[in-house]
Amino acid sequence: MAWQWFHRLGSPRWFYEKTNPWLPWLAVISIALIVTGAVWGLAFAPADYKQGNSYRIIYIHVPAAFLALAGYYIMAISGAVGLIWKMKLPFMVMKSAAPIGALLTFISLVTGSIWGKPTWGTWWEWDARITSMLILFFLYLGMIALQQAYQQRDTADKASAVLALVGMVNIPIIYKSVDWWNTLHQPATIKFTGKSTIDPSMLYPLLIMVIGFYCFYALVLLLYTRVEILRRESRTQWVNDLVANNK
Amino acid sequence: MHPVRKQRLMIVIFIVVFSSIAVGLMAYALRENINLFYPPSKIASGDVPHNTRIRAGGCVKPGSVQRSDTSLEIHFLITDGIADVKVNFNGILPDLFAEGEAAVINGIVTESGEINASEVLAKHDENYTPPEVAEAMKDKGEHQKTCEGLKYGA
Repeated sequence: MAWQWFHRLGSPRWFYEKTNPWLPWLAVISIALIVTGAVWGLAFAPADYKQGNSYRIIYIHVPAAFLALAGYYIMAISGAVGLIWKMKLPFMVMKSAAPIGALLTFISLVTGSIWGKPTWGTWWEWDARITSMLILFFLYLGMIALQQAYQQRDTADKASAVLALVGMVNIPIIYKSVDWWNTLHQPATIKFTGKSTIDPSMLYPLLIMVIGFYCFYALVLLLYTRVEILRRESRTQWVNDLVANNK
Repeated sequence: MHPVRKQRLMIVIFIVVFSSIAVGLMAYALRENINLFYPPSKIASGDVPHNTRIRAGGCVKPGSVQRSDTSLEIHFLITDGIADVKVNFNGILPDLFAEGEAAVINGIVTESGEINASEVLAKHDENYTPPEVAEAMKDKGEHQKTCEGLKYGA
């Protein structure tokens, strides 16, 4: 059966044991990258000729916003896998992704606002990018609330998976909002096709920060999911053995 | 793939596709309202209602900024390459406001087609450049293109 590997992937126990040795590696790599990128970006990268030093918030704002969007796809796709294959693990990943995504969205909104005051001259403007990002924040909060709203675990998972899938339409809107409509927010600086409009001396620390944030996201998602596994599987034999052995 | 799972996959795809279509149609219907500001050519052509509060956005035309010697009063033209609109403002400008830079103006269009602004915001572009590089580009005259290539849906 070709799908066997896939179903094994859905076993919480297999996942818990498999990811255990990854954690220290991810922690070391993400801390090393984030510290390198932050020191390089905040202290050594040159100032912008127009904005001066205030542009340096890009080193937090952009990676946080990237992960807020990518994290939503992770949440929605794991929700879809959970719905289709009725596996336990994807729903646990989906539930764990919601608070992390909410926090990242909040960070990008706050850092953008702090940058907007000296640059644009306002803390907040209801333009398409900022408003759609606020909707993303509410979607994440809705996911957290919906998880708490049902007594039945199964119902909560199904309902929030559907919410995650419906909300997925917002992600391309956020990404393309600056191209589709007139906005105060500038268009994308880092382009996947074509030349990025940021000087290489400023881009390298930013890329390090982005990769560092991805690793850190993976680490936090694993930690959250592992806690969720233990919580939901607390009645199984292997979790009881695990707890007994750790005493 | 198991038929039951295939059916559930279709339901998931159905949810995603139809919610996308619904939101897409909504955004298409509201596209004028989602735009944060009107380009100057729309204001010049009379598409923008007079005596109501609107936002306008465009490039501050180089050489058009006139400051008062005695007050904060300032007059300048914004352009989208097709039409220019005069802006009158009395207040504090953001640091990044400059000739050849984009700005978003909140104000009222008068009968004569000028904007009496109550707020002027600077719209930063997507370029990040160290001072030395900007200096070198200026020598070659490459960095004065800021006002070019601005479309703003005109």
